[in-house]
Amino acid sequence: MKLKQISVFLENRKGRLWKALNILSEAKINIRALSIADTSEFGILRMIVPQPNEAIHILEENNFVVQINDVIGVAVPDEPGGLDKILGILNKSDINVEYLYAFVEKKREQAMVVLKTEDINAGIKALKDGNITILSSEEIYNL
Amino acid sequence: MIWNKKAECMSVEEKEELQLRRLTEVVKIAYENVNYYKKRFNEMNVHPDDIETLEDINKLPFTSKTDLRDAYPFGLFAVPHDEIVEVHTTSGTTGKPTVSGYTQKDLDIWGEVMARALTMAGAGKKDLIQNCYGYGLFTGGLGVHYGAQKIGATVIPISAGNTQRQIQIMQDFGSTILTCTPSYALHLSDVLQNNGVEPEKISLKSGVFGAEMWTEEMREEIENRLNLSALNVYGLTEIIGPGVAQECTEKNGLHIFDDHFYPEIIDPENLKPLSYDEKGELVLTTLTREGMPIIRFRTRDITTLRREKCECGRTLVKMDRITGRSDDMLKIRGVIVFPSQIERAILNIKGLEPHYQIIVTRPHHLDELEVQVEASNILFSDEVKHIEDIKKNIEDHIHDEIGLRVNITFVEPQSLPRSNGKAVRVIDRRNL
Ligand SMILES: [Zn+2]
Repeated sequence: MKLKQISVFLENRKGRLWKALNILSEAKINIRALSIADTSEFGILRMIVPQPNEAIHILEENNFVVQINDVIGVAVPDEPGGLDKILGILNKSDINVEYLYAFVEKKREQAMVVLKTEDINAGIKALKDGNITILSSEEIYNL
Repeated sequence: MIWNKKAECMSVEEKEELQLRRLTEVVKIAYENVNYYKKRFNEMNVHPDDIETLEDINKLPFTSKTDLRDAYPFGLFAVPHDEIVEVHTTSGTTGKPTVSGYTQKDLDIWGEVMARALTMAGAGKKDLIQNCYGYGLFTGGLGVHYGAQKIGATVIPISAGNTQRQIQIMQDFGSTILTCTPSYALHLSDVLQNNGVEPEKISLKSGVFGAEMWTEEMREEIENRLNLSALNVYGLTEIIGPGVAQECTEKNGLHIFDDHFYPEIIDPENLKPLSYDEKGELVLTTLTREGMPIIRFRTRDITTLRREKCECGRTLVKMDRITGRSDDMLKIRGVIVFPSQIERAILNIKGLEPHYQIIVTRPHHLDELEVQVEASNILFSDEVKHIEDIKKNIEDHIHDEIGLRVNITFVEPQSLPRSNGKAVRVIDRRNL
């Protein structure tokens, strides 16, 4: 089960992150998870939103460069060593992690992790084989 | 074939002796007959007697386009009007045109250098030269005309325009040599193709193309489409017209008729002379012109002079194809860079829009070049590594083109100024 993530190009200029988030908020698009990859010259805003196509449309209308791609969402027990287990499984299967970001869900006492492996399908398979719960889009959107 | 073996193949020693003799003469004539030159020489405390070697030309003042314009219409003529038999002008798209005056002897020299140029392109008595350069005040038409007549070839003075008639005559008469601007040659080939004319139906063997800047890629295109050998001709109305330099069939540079036009290359910023193989602005001095001698004219054209032996046997000095104008030139860490070079590199990369901006800074006493390009879906990715690879790829392309490392930065779409006419491509923050 793959998750759709949208990425937004952020020019290294004051107010661009705010502008992108403001556009989404005005369109009443809820952001479930978010991370920013920051270099000295540009940034990449990565987000999981319940309506990715709508979000892309509205951002592109406002001259943002947007991409959509697949990532994996997993639930990790909110306790020491939770993330360690996941990375251990991937490492053992020789699967490269490009990036990941996590957020904690209070209601479930679980941490949600969004991760991107070099090969998404291989990543999903290895995690499933390691008995890790892969989250569906619905599960994430309905948090 | 070489039109004038004695002049075109003379030894360097002989040439320099001839050039020095002619230079001292023309400087004297200019000083004694043209008020403008007398005034400028006096201001710079230089006298014609100071010219004892060819290097002494460095002591003389430059003549710019503005100087010529200020002398409008006849201020630079060195002979009484009854000796002037023809005048031409530049197009004068920016302000007043400049006028060029010719005596009968000047027209003979013009015919001579154009005869050399056309012979270089393979023209002989039997050839039919379809001359589509404009006849009139513009020098292109009559320059080719005089050269063709000197050779004894048949000139078809069809002038510019009326493309349907051009291709009709080209087929019916069997024109063998085409003279026009390179862009018109491409246009002719388009129309030939649209009319369904088979390449075998035309007899063109070579073309003498000039009066505008063009590239090796264009040469290839023209040669493939018109099935001829495309050669580059160079000239300026201020100096004489076409026939200052012409490419031989070796196609690696243009031979300057340097027994009539003395070339120098200078650094356009500090005006210091540069040597062979160095890139800079071409400066020309007429060595034999009577009607309007021109001393050290700044052409604004960027090129390099080459002294190496040419396979064609000519010893005339060679210049590279013109690569730009000194007005748009940038000098980065001593290297000459044109925005057009960066544009060419950018256009070679798939997915890149031709919108860019060049920012020059000097952060630590060293010039830095930043090129901003607009991010697009094709260039963007969710991974930093991927974007950095694309950035490096563009930087490599530009490095191949200009020989310098630049820093590419991505900006948001629609954020760079669009080119309407002359876009602001370069922002120089160096406080030079
Ligand atoms: Zn040659």
